[in-house]
Amino acid sequence: MTVASDKPKVGLFVTCLVDLFRPVVGFAAVKLIEEAGCNVDVPMAQTCCGQPAYNSGDRHDARMIAENTIRAFEGFDYVVAPSGSCAGMLKKHYPALFKGDPRWEERAKAFSAKVHELVSFLADVRGMDRVTASGSGSVTYHDSCSGLRELGVKAQPRALLASMPGIELREMRDPDVCCGFGGTFCVKYPDVSNSIVETKTRAIVESGAGTLLAGDLGCLMNMAGKLKRQGAPVEARHVAEVLAGLTDGAPIGGKD
Amino acid sequence: MQITSPSFKQNARHALDDVQLQKALGNVRAGFIDKRQKAVDALPEFDALRDSARDIKNHTLEHLDLYLEAYEQKVTAAGGHVHWAETAADARSIVLDLCRTRGARTVTKGKSMITEEIALNDFLDASGIVPVETDLGEYIIQLRGEHPSHIIAPAVHVNQDQVEADFRRVHTHLPADRDLTEPETLLDEARKVLRAKYFEADIGITGANFLVAETGSSIIVTNEGNGDLTQILPRIHVVIASIEKIVPTLNDAAQILRVLARSATGQDMSVYTTLSTGPRRPGDPDGPDEYHVILLDNGRSAMLGTEFQEMLRCIRCGACMNHCPVYHSIGGHAYGWVYPGPMGAVLTPALVGVEKGGHLPNASTFCGRCESVCPMRIPLPKMMRHWREKEFERGLNPATQRYGLKAWAFFARRPRLYALATSIAIPVLGAVGKAKGRFSWLPFAGGWTKHREMPAPETRTFRQQWSQREALKQGGRA
Repeated sequence: MTVASDKPKVGLFVTCLVDLFRPVVGFAAVKLIEEAGCNVDVPMAQTCCGQPAYNSGDRHDARMIAENTIRAFEGFDYVVAPSGSCAGMLKKHYPALFKGDPRWEERAKAFSAKVHELVSFLADVRGMDRVTASGSGSVTYHDSCSGLRELGVKAQPRALLASMPGIELREMRDPDVCCGFGGTFCVKYPDVSNSIVETKTRAIVESGAGTLLAGDLGCLMNMAGKLKRQGAPVEARHVAEVLAGLTDGAPIGGKD
Repeated sequence: MQITSPSFKQNARHALDDVQLQKALGNVRAGFIDKRQKAVDALPEFDALRDSARDIKNHTLEHLDLYLEAYEQKVTAAGGHVHWAETAADARSIVLDLCRTRGARTVTKGKSMITEEIALNDFLDASGIVPVETDLGEYIIQLRGEHPSHIIAPAVHVNQDQVEADFRRVHTHLPADRDLTEPETLLDEARKVLRAKYFEADIGITGANFLVAETGSSIIVTNEGNGDLTQILPRIHVVIASIEKIVPTLNDAAQILRVLARSATGQDMSVYTTLSTGPRRPGDPDGPDEYHVILLDNGRSAMLGTEFQEMLRCIRCGACMNHCPVYHSIGGHAYGWVYPGPMGAVLTPALVGVEKGGHLPNASTFCGRCESVCPMRIPLPKMMRHWREKEFERGLNPATQRYGLKAWAFFARRPRLYALATSIAIPVLGAVGKAKGRFSWLPFAGGWTKHREMPAPETRTFRQQWSQREALKQGGRA
């Protein structure tokens, strides 16, 4: 049995990509949220945030998935996701999805108020200004679009990285320009997506950093996949892995 | 013009392979963005002005009929004429009728996207009337038999060498050994050639950046002054404008002008801001004898009261395309109709139908950069999503996409089934990809692996690992 505590209860929205492709990001998130003085649990009734359906014009399925998510997290003080795009979906788009629905609109709004992107939660909600882990080497940080423009995540990850002895941040050119992932966009328009990600990997390599970091696994898989295809000597990791000091495993897309 | 939006993918491929175009697109990226940023940084109230501009247009659109009627009264009172055109064909025949009844043979044109929308040049040509574009970019495009690839920089896809070759090909009355190596010499030549045309023209046609209900004025903003010569020198000035160009007062127009040029080119104001109110009055030193306005609907009124109404706030500054990663990759022609970039991705389906324009709102990463710079705060991604919804409702998107999504949604809506299916599939995929950590090829993932490696998953899902960890904890406490 669990002991009651006055620590805030955080529900981790693990995101489908983290769940399926890179669980270490989930464990890094748990570690960091605990370091920020909270209890974490992972409700098993969650799946995906519904963004693929929502952005493909399938409102009906997006709503069914959203109802499921809202129900799964109703007992928590906070809902935290290690992804700006999923957090943006939960926070900004769920209320829009249920607008005018007397049964769900208020629930969606109440849910939305509890949602935060992981790094923004640590820095803005919990006031964390340093992490316990240390690292080594040079990193460059890509601002994923939803986190940046929907949720204002920009300074927080950089500040926390700066608090880590041994980590050197080398800014790439245009860190806030899209990497070309865009969810289903990258498979619907592969050639255009490729042109955008080529511009991005050029900027990453030119930065001279050994590791690429970002807050969204989708963008990271896109950029890492391209860097690997190009044979570029840059590793890619989710920023949470570095902040939590969980970097023993292989980087995204494997070691060389 | 011919709509090629349905073959967007092929258009895009073609654009990506076009070395000249790719070089020119570098200029869009390098030129517009920093200039806009500088101008915005220098004006602390810029964002407040954006709010105000948005509110002005919202109010106007809510009372569009009222302001259009008031505007018409003022134009008539100033001695001008207002013509209402429901469709592109209506607008074209009004222009032709004016040309025929006035015996016009040559028409000069200021830069106008609306005349592109109604394909006026081809129509006039076919009717035996010579249209002459007077904006340098538009003139170059006309010589090349092309269409603009950008709404404020129509020839942004053309480089200097190409312009020189075009001028040598067309201006055959000039000495063959003349020096055209500098931008200035090219400009000078265009100016000389066009200067004569202004005086030959019987009718001058301009668009309008604003129509002012309070005074019955039309306003154009230009950097070359060609618009002024187009509307002052001929006997007849014809303004063609779509109905959403209206603003209530001069003050409103002045407010929006403060965000227009800054967003477009990073200038505080364009070089020329020209107001026209009616024809020449007795005692005026210059101006046309007749002043006509053609108010074009062409699908706008059908957007009123729908989820696309906000698009009618657009002031055609081009900031969205200047900041769009997709536009940077493929340029404007790939979009396949008059309006490119994010604003085109919303407007084109509204004006030509989602059956033809459906690719455009799909070909966006939803990065949101366009919305973040739009001076009128138009939620462009949201409206592109609405087009995707319309498409989905009508079953217009490809079957493979539909079924793939439906399959994903089927599991995403059923947490237990999702957990079961992923706990079986992921370890298999993880085991296969374990050695290398990635795949160079995967079935059903050709769109991805054509250009990139696919990172392999870890050997078990997060939920499998988490459940095991929690079970151990519980066991430890037992």
